[in-house]
Amino acid sequence: MYEFLLRMGDNTLVLGHRVSEWCGHSPVLEEDIALANISLDLIGQTRLWLGLAGEVEGQGRDADALAYRRDAWDFRNLLIVERPNRDYGHTLMRQFLFDLWHHERLADICLSEDDRVLGIAAKCVKEASYHLERSTDLIVRLGGGTAESHSRMQTAVEALWPYVGEMFTDDALDIEMDKAGIAPLPSNQRPRFDEALNITLSRASLTRPAGDFAQKGGRSGVHTEDLGHMLATMQFLPRAYPDARW
Amino acid sequence: MVSEAQIWAWLDEVPDPEIPVLSLVDLGVIRGVEIGEEVVIKVTPTYSGCPATSVINLDITEKLRANGVKNLRLEPQIYPPWSTDWIKREAHEKLRAYGIAPPVSGTALCPRCASANTEMLSKFGSTPCKSHHRCKDCLEPFDAFKCL
Repeated sequence: MYEFLLRMGDNTLVLGHRVSEWCGHSPVLEEDIALANISLDLIGQTRLWLGLAGEVEGQGRDADALAYRRDAWDFRNLLIVERPNRDYGHTLMRQFLFDLWHHERLADICLSEDDRVLGIAAKCVKEASYHLERSTDLIVRLGGGTAESHSRMQTAVEALWPYVGEMFTDDALDIEMDKAGIAPLPSNQRPRFDEALNITLSRASLTRPAGDFAQKGGRSGVHTEDLGHMLATMQFLPRAYPDARW
Repeated sequence: MVSEAQIWAWLDEVPDPEIPVLSLVDLGVIRGVEIGEEVVIKVTPTYSGCPATSVINLDITEKLRANGVKNLRLEPQIYPPWSTDWIKREAHEKLRAYGIAPPVSGTALCPRCASANTEMLSKFGSTPCKSHHRCKDCLEPFDAFKCL
């Protein structure tokens, strides 16, 4: 259960931080505000997941301790969320692929037999559906925009494609969570994800990449080097000044 | 011994930190008041990352302490999740008068001229709970409460 909660909370934490890196740098003011707000939602969701993870673990660690005092190999997020921002199209494509998965995943977890898990999922799924509406709109607009925006979106989906498969791979922990009635198997979502993805890509005049090669490892603590660089920034202050207060 | 109704009345005087025309009771974030050996206030967050959440807790504590409530405990309650349906109907008029279009599914009405000829400029506005719009009749920009 603890590991499952880390997986949920680390996804939103890592992506929330990545998205916040745009704050003050986005191409237009509205986008800057939108990304900062999405980041805020994701960090808020992280507090709920990691807060419960700390309670379940029972070692006296709260959400902050889990966020700021673990090293890369202790993180259980999907690799896609730690991918660097690159250009704005790449950031939005990453967001869209994540939102599409996240929304379905949370909807599935709303069936949890654990009241605490269900409560968090029911809270987060509403925000995730708003994020998905927005990222779907933007993918369609940029995919069907200028030749330049179209080519950047196509490049982005191809670069991120190897990180999609990991979202739907069941491992021993997933099977255990499914049997315990805590969360259904991630693989259940794949047909729904594919259907929605194909519709949006076709509205955006983008081509779905071929092949199903999937990079894996994030959910068991094997990460790309980008996560370490990100944590070095994110964790610097609380590590340099432990227990600092504003 | 203070009554439950009195506590609700005090809480109805605490303004939301970001939209001060609404009280915490209008906003629908107070889920329950229990009076026993201690007074327990059940509070639900609006958006999970809303920075006003901790200020709301502080304001509740200050208000009740100032009124002599000593044994006080705030209990977070996230389920059932808050949505804009929890905002009191009467509060919609307060929002409109303040210049914020109340939450509706569909096109937001301009809070100034009541026109339905409006467009959304951005799904996110000045706070996590609002989106940004423009009225195509009176040409004024305005915020609308996001319908969640």
